[in-house]
Amino acid sequence: MSSSQNKTLIEVNNLSKLFRVGKGRTLKAVNDVSFFIREGETLGMVGESGCGKSTVGRTLLRLYEPSGGEVKFEGKDIYKLSASEMKAIRRDMQMIFQDPYASLNPRLTVNDIIGEALDIHNLAKNRAERKARVAELLQLVGLNAEHANRYPHEFSGGQRQRIGIARALAVNPKFIVCDEPISALDVSIQAQVVNLLKELQRKMGLTYLFIAHDLSMVKYISDRVAVMYLGKLVELAESETLYEEPLHPYTRALLSAVPIPDPDSETQKRRIVIKGDLPSAIDPPSGCPFRTRCPLAKEVCAQEMPPLIEHRPGHYAACHFAGEPLPKQEGIVSAG
Amino acid sequence: MKSDNKLRNSSKGQNAQPLLEVEDLHVSFDVRGGEVQAVRGVNMVINKGEVVGIVGESGCGKSVTAQTLMRLIPSPPSRVKKGSIRFAGEDVLKKSEKEMQQLRGGRMGMIFQDPMTSLNPTMTVGRQITENLIRHRNMSMKEAHKRGVEMLNLVGIPLAETRMKQYPHEFSGGMRQRVMIAIALACDPELLIADEPTTALDVTIQAQILEVMKELRSRLNTSIMLITHDLGIVADVCDKVIVMYAGQVAETGTVHEIFTNPKHPYTQGLLESIPRLDDDKSQPLVPIPGTPPDLIKPPTGCAFAARCKYTMDICTRVDPGLFECSSTQSARCWLNHEMAKEVHA
Repeated sequence: MSSSQNKTLIEVNNLSKLFRVGKGRTLKAVNDVSFFIREGETLGMVGESGCGKSTVGRTLLRLYEPSGGEVKFEGKDIYKLSASEMKAIRRDMQMIFQDPYASLNPRLTVNDIIGEALDIHNLAKNRAERKARVAELLQLVGLNAEHANRYPHEFSGGQRQRIGIARALAVNPKFIVCDEPISALDVSIQAQVVNLLKELQRKMGLTYLFIAHDLSMVKYISDRVAVMYLGKLVELAESETLYEEPLHPYTRALLSAVPIPDPDSETQKRRIVIKGDLPSAIDPPSGCPFRTRCPLAKEVCAQEMPPLIEHRPGHYAACHFAGEPLPKQEGIVSAG
Repeated sequence: MKSDNKLRNSSKGQNAQPLLEVEDLHVSFDVRGGEVQAVRGVNMVINKGEVVGIVGESGCGKSVTAQTLMRLIPSPPSRVKKGSIRFAGEDVLKKSEKEMQQLRGGRMGMIFQDPMTSLNPTMTVGRQITENLIRHRNMSMKEAHKRGVEMLNLVGIPLAETRMKQYPHEFSGGMRQRVMIAIALACDPELLIADEPTTALDVTIQAQILEVMKELRSRLNTSIMLITHDLGIVADVCDKVIVMYAGQVAETGTVHEIFTNPKHPYTQGLLESIPRLDDDKSQPLVPIPGTPPDLIKPPTGCAFAARCKYTMDICTRVDPGLFECSSTQSARCWLNHEMAKEVHA
């Protein structure tokens, strides 16, 4: 799909997003994150709830104003654009939301849900053209043109997610942030939606940021995968490499925690169970955010945050002891 | 040829003792516009010390079955039309509400899907654990407190003494689910019903909870009914699997049979539609086309016929019933009839 020659579509430099949470405290949802996305590729983004992955997606589209850093879309820093320039660029950047039940207005027909995007950007000259375009979009995502006059409650979860996709595609975007687009769907329906997203990417040359917590689905759909932990990007690599030779101890624990649907491999597999919970992002640990749960943590980890270093070509990890074998210690079942 | 009772002598060999036996259970909901036949003739047996996984899509009747076992679904709108549920030899459906209260929380424990909403926010965690013990085990406050602390330790909550005095909002999601497990297990239930116990949790926390459940099973020999849609979890912890579709048992067998030799096209479809970490990603995923049928008007014949790639003439006309494929496996599909042609999935 994408090759490393493809040019960079989105460049994120030192992006931070803080939220004020009262009593003068701030929550660092995204903390100094840098990465890039090439044209036509799918960058997967994984991490536990509260790690900041959705905030990255939303800040990339300037749904949130950043607290620091820049995001360049085709070379232009989108945070420096005026409101009218921003509106123009929004045509190129769209979003598919997690909850197909909450992200569609229940009072609008499908025709108006998708048509609204066309109206805002003046993409349809008259009613007939608008209707034709909506019908075309519905067919593109595998729905019927007759569905246009129905309301969201008349559709199943998978069909609603298709409507959400049609809405995002209405303005012919180049880049789509897919924020957990399949996690609310049943297993048999998930595959339908993922196949559709892949097919649309092939047909229309789309670039995706695919945010999810289902690691096997992310591996399947992504060219490269970024792992976040407590607002920090801790590892980034080609998806095959990341899953085969993860360097960061968090990535390794995360991967080994995924139950594999094969009873025979499961009995042989030895799992790394990391202890404890995600620390609070309001009062994150000093130094490396993962050190409180990390089996490799030493003194240096509490003192300085390890920078994101390119350990091998295209494989970045932020850990002082990246790639070192995990020790056999109490409570840690070491990986085979 | 057909046998709905065969699970009776399954799994753990000769000394398997059935703890829970469900026979031909039908549960319906009366709604405007008709009757939703949520559960349509489910048979299952859970033996002592066995972990049985129940999988299926939303609306397939797995949660309704579980909640009916504990008589937790209000009636009306629900109604048990037919069938029997025997728990340790006693008929659950004939019990009075008072007798049910003895059973629930005492001999049967339940863990619900959402740890954020299933604890009482106005009671300390300690009170929610000890409540059960005082009621079902006639313990004094002091004994119950001691046992509560033990339970919190058992499920891996540090600083248990302090934690007993705290309220649910002071716990994280994973910790709350552990509290739920501690409450459910405090009275040493013979049967633990876990309805999607890890769905709301992150994978690293899920791994911790699954370890806790596995350990409890080996230490206390508790029977577990684990409802989930994650086939990975089933492969990880279950002995036996029941695949449900449209209110019926589509297939049942040992975990090994279901994953290596599924006999129902729906089970095969479920297994094919999930990517695996060790998969080749150039192959497109194989989704199951279409959506489950409307249970107000369940189809005649096989409920899966409309989505099945092997549909034959007979499938749309006659319900196949469960075919026995081995002493432990059976599937509700005509392809297992001796006259059916061979198909290779």
